[in-house]
Amino acid sequence: MSEDSTFSWGRLGIYAVLIAAAAFYLLPLYVMVVTSLKTMPEIRDGNLFALPHAPSLDAWRKAWTTACTGLACDGIQVGFRNSVNIVLPSVLVSIFVGALNGYALVFWNPRGGVWLFCALLVGAFVPYQVFIYPLTKMLAATGLFKTLSGLVFVHTIFGMPIMTMLFRNYFSSLPVELFNAARVDGAGFLAIFFQVMLPLSTPIIIVAVIMQVTGIWNDFLFGLVFGSGEGVPMTVQLNNIVNSTTGEREYNVNMAATILTSLVPLVVYLMSGKYFVRGIAAGAVKG
Amino acid sequence: MVSSKQSDEHWRSALAPYLALVPLFVVVVVFYLGTMAWSIGISFTGSKMLPVANFVGFAQYQRLFSEARWLFALRNIAFFGAAFMVSCLVAGFLLAVFLDQKVRGEGVLRSIFLFPYALSFIVTGLVWQWILNPGFGIQQAMRSLGWSDFTFSWITDQSLAIFAVAIAAFWQGSGLIMVVMLAGLRGVDTELWKAAKIDGIPTWRVYWSIVLPILRPTIATAVVLLAIGVVKAYDVVVAMTQGGPGIATDVPAKFIMDFLFQRQNIGLAMAGSTIMLLIVLILLIPYLHSQYFKQESRH
Repeated sequence: MSEDSTFSWGRLGIYAVLIAAAAFYLLPLYVMVVTSLKTMPEIRDGNLFALPHAPSLDAWRKAWTTACTGLACDGIQVGFRNSVNIVLPSVLVSIFVGALNGYALVFWNPRGGVWLFCALLVGAFVPYQVFIYPLTKMLAATGLFKTLSGLVFVHTIFGMPIMTMLFRNYFSSLPVELFNAARVDGAGFLAIFFQVMLPLSTPIIIVAVIMQVTGIWNDFLFGLVFGSGEGVPMTVQLNNIVNSTTGEREYNVNMAATILTSLVPLVVYLMSGKYFVRGIAAGAVKG
Repeated sequence: MVSSKQSDEHWRSALAPYLALVPLFVVVVVFYLGTMAWSIGISFTGSKMLPVANFVGFAQYQRLFSEARWLFALRNIAFFGAAFMVSCLVAGFLLAVFLDQKVRGEGVLRSIFLFPYALSFIVTGLVWQWILNPGFGIQQAMRSLGWSDFTFSWITDQSLAIFAVAIAAFWQGSGLIMVVMLAGLRGVDTELWKAAKIDGIPTWRVYWSIVLPILRPTIATAVVLLAIGVVKAYDVVVAMTQGGPGIATDVPAKFIMDFLFQRQNIGLAMAGSTIMLLIVLILLIPYLHSQYFKQESRH
């Protein structure tokens, strides 16, 4: 039958399309890496896609320790430290609050809970420009504006919708008998949360950590508005390095800084593999 | 009879969830609804550098819609949104279909398509700014290979720059749509494929006439996700073109940020954000409504 040959032609076509697509997605990563290893004369005279003649890590060193972001020239390592200091507390607090909210909403069914949840969803979807100005005023009034704690606070309150949603959906999938049995045994609100629900939540906590670490690490808008001069996250520093108007554009340093900025989310992505996909699917399905 | 100790306990456990939800309640009322109401309120005042309370009706909105820059930003977001959403939906669906043919190395390919989604829009914007830069990127590379007439300068072309931004956003976001579509395809009943094979229906026909209609809820989710991304578009523009050349890639989010923090016209900026809020609510309410009713019927 001729179907066999059309079948294999079809398979060839499928692989050709998939490999071409893979090349498109990998191309910018390749350009970043290759350029970061070149010298400036080589970049100026050469081809963007050519391999470096004599690969060197000088641009990486400069990006990390001496590149100028605005007035300071201490490299992107400052932003790295800031981002770590912002991400750790924001991720911990937002996940804890989200889990507690989800648990209270699902199992205790408080009056008006559905309305509260719907109003919360607004925070997940509405453009942040609507909130930003009054928020700067509020933080200024409490002395939190342009402080690290203020930035952590903003990430926490804007992480609440997606985290609450995630845990609410997860807890609704657990059998309610678990909760009822714990109540019959006399366990109270917090005891059930800490002793029954949290130990059962490992898969969704992993998903939540991935979503929050990548989301907060990659933030630019909040860092720009609520971060202080030296306390800005890595993304803001990167933008300052690259779009600074003084001097010649050092593409190799810029690309090294770009790779350094994306290392944390990339490592999270590569290490968490299928959890990342699951987290995105879970986050995607519900918003 | 309920002893007083028991009723005390009952009271405490009935109160606990409400106490636990107090922070959520405060955040929703003060930081979401409160700030939103404040922003809308300010849009009806003549606030310039500082918020003031003189009511001016729709004057800010009139000014907003007579600003060429705002109208251009709206036009841009429509162009960007259409290009970005259509390309992500088509490519996401096709990649998912191709990946769903029991190919080797599915996991690796899926990771390759999705990894840009892990990156900041700042990173994405910068990388594509370099690749699309005519003096340095693809155009220069092709010319140095001998095609001396090769031209690909969308990013510096006033009328095409917004599509250059869409390329970067597509690179970042299409993998997510692929994952969503793949999840949808995996949910299609395998019996359907057997039945279609027995009936001798061509594969593309099955996808077009049967699978696509089944995937309607999946596609709706993808559309909402993409649309929200479009309205929020800011970082990628700042990193890639800073709104330029001229105002060729200005978007409403950037317009509002500039008028808030550089041009010091809060009333006008807030009128802009109120318009954005309206657009999102119009997109969102039907979706939340359907989601919400689905959840209700499950209980």
